[in-house]
Order: sequence, then C-alpha cells, then structure tokens
Amino acid sequence: MSQVLTAGQMFLAGIGRAVLGLCRSTGALVLFALQAVAGILVPPFYGIEFLRQMMRIGYFSLPVVGLTALFTGGALALQIYAGGSRFNAESAVPSIVAIGMVRELGPVLCGLMVAGRVGASIAAEIGSMRVTEQIDALTTLSTNPIKFLVAPRVLAGTLAMPLLTAVSDIIGVMGGFFVGTSRLGIASGNYIQNTLDYLTAGDVVSSLVKGAVFGFIIAVVGCFEGYNSGRGAQGVAQATRAAVVTSSILILAANYLLTEVFFST
Amino acid sequence: MTDTPKIALRGVAKSFGSKHVLRGVDLTVARGQSLVIIGGSGTGKSVTLKCIIGLIRPDAGEIDIDGTRLTPRNAGGFLDQFGMLFQGGALFDSMTVWENVAFRFLRGKGRLKRADARDLAIGKLRRVGLGADTADLFPAELSGGMQKRVGLARAIAAEPKIIFFDEPTTGLDPIMADVINDLIREIVVEMGATAMTITHDMTSVRKIADRVAMLHEGVVQWEGPVERIDDSGNPYVHQFVNGLPDGPIAALR
Ligand SMILES: Nc1ncnc2c1ncn2[C@@H]1O[C@H](COP(=O)(O)OP(=O)(O)O)[C@@H](O)[C@H]1O
Ligand SMILES: [Mg+2]
Repeated sequence: MSQVLTAGQMFLAGIGRAVLGLCRSTGALVLFALQAVAGILVPPFYGIEFLRQMMRIGYFSLPVVGLTALFTGGALALQIYAGGSRFNAESAVPSIVAIGMVRELGPVLCGLMVAGRVGASIAAEIGSMRVTEQIDALTTLSTNPIKFLVAPRVLAGTLAMPLLTAVSDIIGVMGGFFVGTSRLGIASGNYIQNTLDYLTAGDVVSSLVKGAVFGFIIAVVGCFEGYNSGRGAQGVAQATRAAVVTSSILILAANYLLTEVFFST
Repeated sequence: MTDTPKIALRGVAKSFGSKHVLRGVDLTVARGQSLVIIGGSGTGKSVTLKCIIGLIRPDAGEIDIDGTRLTPRNAGGFLDQFGMLFQGGALFDSMTVWENVAFRFLRGKGRLKRADARDLAIGKLRRVGLGADTADLFPAELSGGMQKRVGLARAIAAEPKIIFFDEPTTGLDPIMADVINDLIREIVVEMGATAMTITHDMTSVRKIADRVAMLHEGVVQWEGPVERIDDSGNPYVHQFVNGLPDGPIAALR
C-alpha cells in the first residue's frame, strides 16, 4: 500500500516539477522579451546591426517564403476546384484562395518557414557566441549584449515579417491565379475581379499584424534560446532545436488567438 | 591613498547548484602589480576573474576596486578601465580583426571616425607583432597564436588600468607561448597597469608574475612573491610547481 502511494507521489512530484519548470522558463522568456523591448526603446541604438539583420531576416528569406506561398496558393486552387466548386469555380476559387492565403496560410506558413530558417540561425549564432564567451567579451567591452545583439534582431524580426507576409499573401494569390487561369479555365479578368471583391482591408491588416507578432516571437525565442545556451556544441544544438520547436508552437497558438480577436464576432 | 589596493577580495564565495566552486577567496592586488593565479583545471580561477569583472555575481563576500565596493549596480561603470583576454580568445567572428581590436572606438562613448579607429587598431596590432595585412582578415582565418595576439591587442586597445589574462599561453607551442609571455610583461610594465593572469604554465608564472596566488578547493592556499615559489613551504605550491603526482592535491585518474 505504502509503495503504491510512493509511486503515486513520485508521479505527482514529477508532474509538479514539470509544471514548475514550465512556469520558470515562461517567466524567464517573458522577462527576456521585456528586456529586448526596453533595449529597442532606450538608447544607445545600433543602427548598422539593425540594417544587417533586416537584410538577413527579410531579404534573404524572400525565396523560401515566395516558393512556399506560390505552391500553396496553387494547390489550394486545385483543391477548391476538385472539392465540388467546379460549377461556380469563377467565384469560389479566387475568393477562397484569397481569403485562405491572406487570413491564415500566408502569415502562418511564412512564420513557420522563417522560424525554421531565421529563428534557428539566430539561436545557433547567439548560442555559439555564448559558448565561446563572445557575449562575456561584449560586456567587458562596455557593451550591453541585450542591446547590441538582441534588440536589433527583435526589431528587425518585427518589422521584416509583415513585409514578408505581404509578399507571401501576394504570391500565394498569384499561385492560385496561375492555376486558376491556366488549368481550371477561369478568365484572368474575372479571377482578379473576384479576388478584389472578396478581400477586405481588414483581411490585409490582420495578415500584417499576424506577421509582426510572429516576427517578434521568432526573434525573441531565437535570441532567448541562444542567450541561455548550455555549454559546448551540444548546448548550441539543443538551443537551436528548442528555438524552432518553441517558436513554431507559439506561432500557431498566437495565430489562433489573433484569429479569435480579428474574426470571431 | 597609495595604500588602497587596486583590487581586494574578501570572502568571495560562489556555487553553481550543489558545486561549491569558491568558498571564501581573500586576495589583494596592489596598484601596478602583476598577480598570477595558479591552480588545477576547474578550481575556479576563471570564475574568480569573472566575479571581479562583474560577469558573475558572487553568493557572498566583497570585492573592492580602488577602494570602491563592487555592486551589481555600479559594475558597468568599472568596465571602462578593464581589459580582458579570454581563455578562448572570444574574438567576434562576424567582424574583421581590426574591427575586433577597435571595438570600443567604433561605437559608444569613445567613438572615433572609422579611418582613425582603423589606424589605431593597426597600431595596436603592430604592438603585438602582427602586420597591417592581418587587419582585414576574419578571426577564423588566423592561427591560434595569432588569435591570442589579436585578443591581446583588443584587451589593451583602450589602455585599461586593470588587465585580466585568462590562460594566455594555453594551447600554444612553447616558442609562441614565450613570445606572448614577453609581450604581456612588456605591456604591463609600459602601461603601468595592474594585471591578473591565470595560468598553469610555470614558465609563464616566472616571466609574468610579481606575486603568485595558489587557488585550490575554493580558497587561496598560498600567496607570496614569485621568488618564493620554490621554497614556499606550502605543500600545495610545492606539488604544483614541481608537477609531483603525490601530495595534498589529489590527481584525478
Ligand atoms: N556559468 C557556469 N555555470 C555552471 N558551472 C560553472 C560556470 N562557470 C564555471 N562553472 C564551473 O565552475 C568550476 C570552475 O570553473 P573555472 O573557473 O572555469 O575553472 P578554471 O580554474 O579551470 O578556470 C568548473 O567546475 C565549472 O564547471
Ligand atoms: Mg579557466
């Protein structure tokens, strides 16, 4: 009897420990995010670092984000057509592709691709700077590593992601357009007209806001995991993996919340 | 005033989890003096330096710099007079060699024009025996000895009052190690700086040190002038200096 109890207690203790650990790391992440925001708002500012990160996060992600959106938009058009909208394809395909891409798939797929591409590389970069004492060296050179490393990345992530999301939306709609006009026989004028008829300014704004939030998440989580990286190559590997997993899950959760906020009436 | 030590540690303790690394370190370094800390790997030598710089906050004890108590609040203010050569170099691998050396002069308070900062960096590189042709390389393109020199140039670039050298010769061949030892000695003397060096290389100790402190099991076991290390009368120092397998320091096998 007592042995059963101990096993039960151990089980509960295990759950308790896990919950406490989760609370502690959530608290640490929130604190880190606040420090990053303070670093963005309070001088000194490191403008060149910011521009470099804009290039890295925004510009160099364009091919990945563009290709993802193009194929997704195209596949979406085929599915909608195949799924019974054959008879009013003229209006159903453009409108559903536009709304699906702009409201959900554009920002979410863009966020997930950038989390894999940029979030991982931020975590690996900052993690190896931690492991090789470069972050300590920054401090000894009278430079606050949060301001110098984290703030420019977080600002760049938050500003670059809406732009990438806009590109993702546009190319996704274009993917639907190509498939719709070349494979499904929809007249190109009608396709464009239908897209414009169904899409509202609110859809576009929600898309860009989602992009900004996802960009913030990707950069903060990538920096956080790297900054708190364990020792050695294994520490960096662990930080990189955690950055991708954590930011992907947070993106999906945040997407749900934002959809609630924007579209549930 | 002249009696105030440049650096004074009293009862500094630091644990990581259940691992008690420092258990009450007492140490003073006079102005312009060169102190070398010796001791086995993992005895907390680097942790001691990081406590003084403010990278690690001790659990207990006091650290005074120029008679001023170090607190988490004022630690940043001391950094302008510190220079540090890290154990692994810790060069910024996203920047060129000269940008590393001139780091303090490219941003913040002491900012110079880019061309001037570059000239200054090349001057410092020359001081540590590197030509201007290394200035535009990246740290990854340098050999270990050259990286150490660049780290040295970066540490002395802003003419610090206090310099820390963490294992400056570890991983270098004996000839390069000797060159670095000479450089450190010359630089410390010509700048009149106070220096703390970590090493387990006895050649370095004899070259660099005015005084020597032996750290073991979290406390300073012995401290004295470098001339005395061969007849210190301390069993720890005796074993370490002579590299003996038997003695109070248990060798891990
Ligand atoms: N940030 C840290 N977190 C956990 N343990 C650490 C940390 N820094 C150092 N240690 C531990 O403290 C001990 C002393 O480290 P260190 O001062 O680097 O030794 P050394 O005398 O070789 O320089 C080691 O056992 C090391 O594992
Ligand atoms: Mg060390």
